[in-house]
Amino acid sequence: MSTRRIFAQPARYAAIAPYVWMVLFFLVPFGFVLKISLSQTAIAQPPYVPVFDFTEGWAAIKAAFAELSLDNFRLLVSDNLYISSYLRSLVVAVTSTLILLLIGYPIAYGMARLPQRWQAIAMMLVIVPFWTSFLIRIYAWINILQHDGLLNKILLALHLVSTPVVWLSTDTAMYIGIVYSYLPFMILPLYATLAKMDPSLLEAASDLGASPGRAFWLVTFPLSLPGVGAGALLCFIPIVGEFVIPDLLAGSGSMMIGQTLWLEFFTNKDWPVAAAAAVALLVLLVPPLLLYDRLQRRQLGGAN
Amino acid sequence: MTGDSPDIDTPKTDAAAAPAGPVSPVDVAVDMPLLRIEGVSKKFGTFRAVDRLSLDIGAGEFFALLGPSGCGKTTLLRMLAGFETPDEGRILLGGRDIAPVLPHERPVNMMFQNYALFPHLSVRDNIAFGLKRAGMPRATIDSRVAEMIALVKLGGMEKRKPDQLSGGQKQRVALARSLARRPKVLLLDEPLAALDKKLRESTQLELMELQRRLGMTFIIVTHDQEEAMTVANRIGVMDAGRLEQVATPRDLYEAPATRWVAEFVGDVNLFDGEVTSHEHHRLTVATRDGGAIVVAEPRQPVTKTVVTVAIRPEKVKLSRRGPASDAANSQAINRLEGVVTDVGYLGGSTVYKVKLDSGAVVRSSMANTARMDRDAYSAGQRVVAWFTPDDCVVLER
Repeated sequence: MSTRRIFAQPARYAAIAPYVWMVLFFLVPFGFVLKISLSQTAIAQPPYVPVFDFTEGWAAIKAAFAELSLDNFRLLVSDNLYISSYLRSLVVAVTSTLILLLIGYPIAYGMARLPQRWQAIAMMLVIVPFWTSFLIRIYAWINILQHDGLLNKILLALHLVSTPVVWLSTDTAMYIGIVYSYLPFMILPLYATLAKMDPSLLEAASDLGASPGRAFWLVTFPLSLPGVGAGALLCFIPIVGEFVIPDLLAGSGSMMIGQTLWLEFFTNKDWPVAAAAAVALLVLLVPPLLLYDRLQRRQLGGAN
Repeated sequence: MTGDSPDIDTPKTDAAAAPAGPVSPVDVAVDMPLLRIEGVSKKFGTFRAVDRLSLDIGAGEFFALLGPSGCGKTTLLRMLAGFETPDEGRILLGGRDIAPVLPHERPVNMMFQNYALFPHLSVRDNIAFGLKRAGMPRATIDSRVAEMIALVKLGGMEKRKPDQLSGGQKQRVALARSLARRPKVLLLDEPLAALDKKLRESTQLELMELQRRLGMTFIIVTHDQEEAMTVANRIGVMDAGRLEQVATPRDLYEAPATRWVAEFVGDVNLFDGEVTSHEHHRLTVATRDGGAIVVAEPRQPVTKTVVTVAIRPEKVKLSRRGPASDAANSQAINRLEGVVTDVGYLGGSTVYKVKLDSGAVVRSSMANTARMDRDAYSAGQRVVAWFTPDDCVVLER
């Protein structure tokens, strides 16, 4: 009884810890961002109006509230720059996620079929790049992809090209960087679902007349869909907001929303518009999250 | 289960009309059994899971492979299904070597121990899986699935997913799925191991009914001797990759071929000894533990003098002074005197352990035929354990 009491109280606090975390580090900051997004830019400190000053009394706060407006959001939908940034972010994220799926699935599938002791080694190999800083790895890619970089040297040595190819500052370089960086996030959830799959299901499929190819499409793939969903979301959501990789590897011709946001914030010093862009980005990411949640519920609940 | 309901009778007529199911029929040679296993071996590393095993199984048989875990019975079954390839020997199905036939092209189906139901498919789609792969028209598939669902009594469950079914229902879906293609041979890998005792017993009876009605060849793998004895008309007892004996359940129990089989199948008292005399179809065996035991001469003449006498506990009777009706039959009766040391009441019968004067222990199982059994013996009581020569089995060593 006494041991039970010792553990019961902290356990109850532990249950609310995630909510406290969410409120403190997501909802409160998001409230600030939302408020700034409804403000107007100003040459001041901080660089926007109105500023809520709780020492001025109720009337002043009411007056400040009246100054809030949706003007920044109107700007977002009216200005081509923002719409094209959002669209580009979506296109890049969707394309990258598809490439990641096409590369990650066979790797995860191969890993799951390795003998048990090799699986742990393969897992290590997937994770090992994380031991180096992300930025250093992207700079390494600049090195590889530049005019006299490793890639061009190899291509020239193999006589596959006669003059160096321009890689850097192209979308190709950006996709290489994104796929390289996010591959582990695609492989790990896929591997987790594929590895726990009962091998007797494939034997049953084969026993019932399905060739290995049919068995894959009729049994393995449908059963791996939760992993596909998890991997795709784990990659898609951060890629939409990706800033560093397109900034370092892609050309300056078109921007992803993360880059536009950075520009507004640091170059234009327009905090309200930047905040509005951030809020819009979040809203943009809610539908795929809800979709995933529903799919997972269906998977778990069956026809209940 | 009654055999008269129309939904259950359908498969019989259908099976007779199209015995081969979706796979083209194989002409069975006149003197060739449906399934012939010839000197088949399977090694895993240096371990011989199946060791030069030969076996014939005829069409329409319900055959059980019985053995302790690790004896190779499941490996043998998996070689029949095509999931393992024999290292040596041949497997002939209908006279045709099936070594080059891939598992998904074999006219056999397997019911898996864990059922291996597809968790993302409904009961209906699980059963239809094999039929769709065979390229049957949709109408045929629909009627066959309906027939199978009726056969295993799962009406109303068609749309459920496997995780919404009880263990017994899953077992039925797995059975229906493996029967749907009307295989020439149905392989059952410990099909009832996951069910509780009562359900297992009723399902055993249903399996027998089903097999008789469909006229298919069933091969079941089990470690449960009661299950093997109940369902099968022939049992192959396996140990260490080899068949110790292939016999009907009765012969296996009453005439075990080896000491190992006698001990593995049922309970047995064993007396090691030497044959000292041999006359009038009676052998006298001088045993260390039980003195001279007279046994009936077996059908196969005994060639060695070093033998083991085996006697089942239910054939050993106890009495206070020895059999009274001794004079009535002219047989010599074996009597062993000792003291009851242990009484195990099992409901239908009671097992007594009698410590003989030689120190050996003999087990006797007596049916409790009367509710108030006044003949029950108690621990410490001195008794005579007796049995007839005909009830003894002589095993060569």
